[in-house]
Amino acid sequence: MSIQLWFSSFFRNIFRNKNNVKLGLYGPPNAGKSTLANRICKDWSDQEMSIVSNVPHETREILIKEQISIKNKKGKTLSFSLVDTPGIATKIDYEDFMKRGLKEGIAKKRAKEATKGVIESIKWLDSMDAVAVVLDATEDPYSQVNITIVGNLQARNIPVLIVANKVDLKKAKINKLMDAFPQYTIIGISAKYGTHMDEFYEGLFKVVG
Amino acid sequence: MTIVKQEKIVLLEGQLQKEEEATLIEQTMGEISDKFRGIELAVIYPEKNNMDVLKRLRFDIARLLVGNRQGFTIVGPASIVKRIKQNPGSIELLTQEKRRRK
Repeated sequence: MSIQLWFSSFFRNIFRNKNNVKLGLYGPPNAGKSTLANRICKDWSDQEMSIVSNVPHETREILIKEQISIKNKKGKTLSFSLVDTPGIATKIDYEDFMKRGLKEGIAKKRAKEATKGVIESIKWLDSMDAVAVVLDATEDPYSQVNITIVGNLQARNIPVLIVANKVDLKKAKINKLMDAFPQYTIIGISAKYGTHMDEFYEGLFKVVG
Repeated sequence: MTIVKQEKIVLLEGQLQKEEEATLIEQTMGEISDKFRGIELAVIYPEKNNMDVLKRLRFDIARLLVGNRQGFTIVGPASIVKRIKQNPGSIELLTQEKRRRK
């Protein structure tokens, strides 16, 4: 770990306000971060926070939902601000958006906004107190973006919970994710259908609480 | 980045630090335009788990003395490198024919 990161992690832990924990949702585009953000908000505050779509990079700005309180079966409460972040990618091609039916001008604008979103997501890493890394369980877990996200959180000593989303799909292979990240707790969910959300919230208590 | 933007694949000795990987992604995003669509990146880390204690100690001392030169890093333009597929024991780099731009 670089000295800069060590100091940043040290001061974050000293000045961390237990009542103002920031929980970030990080991951590659289209993994289901915003769907999970909406699921958490619907479960605990009856309001959605993000727009979701099948076109990648739908979330292009950091979105924050302040003061969400969740309770576990033992009656313990955990309060946090939920931060939905744009998906992190190494490439953004406006032609990919055009293939999804967007017109050229809109596709180019979306690509530009998406690049800014990725930069914002990376800059916000240092502000997080805990992160749920949302990965698509149907995709190859060994992508460099996944490894870079998890590695950067580890380097900053930020507690991590890995969420294997889309387990409702037949192609989902949670075991592959477990092989790729053996040192982390991995919870398989379907944010879309709310499957295994209790396990997810218990995982949050262990990681953040 | 300059070399990658010239549509060449760069193979570097040694692995990038995690924060360097993040910085590279940030820089890439800042460079994206109609012509440059980004990069494919793969960092191959040395397998430390299979080392015995002595080997691991030698590995760490060597890293302290000469820097992090274990492993390697591949960076290629997304216009040429379609995908870099990593598995714990192998790496596959899939290229694509350059597309004609209007």
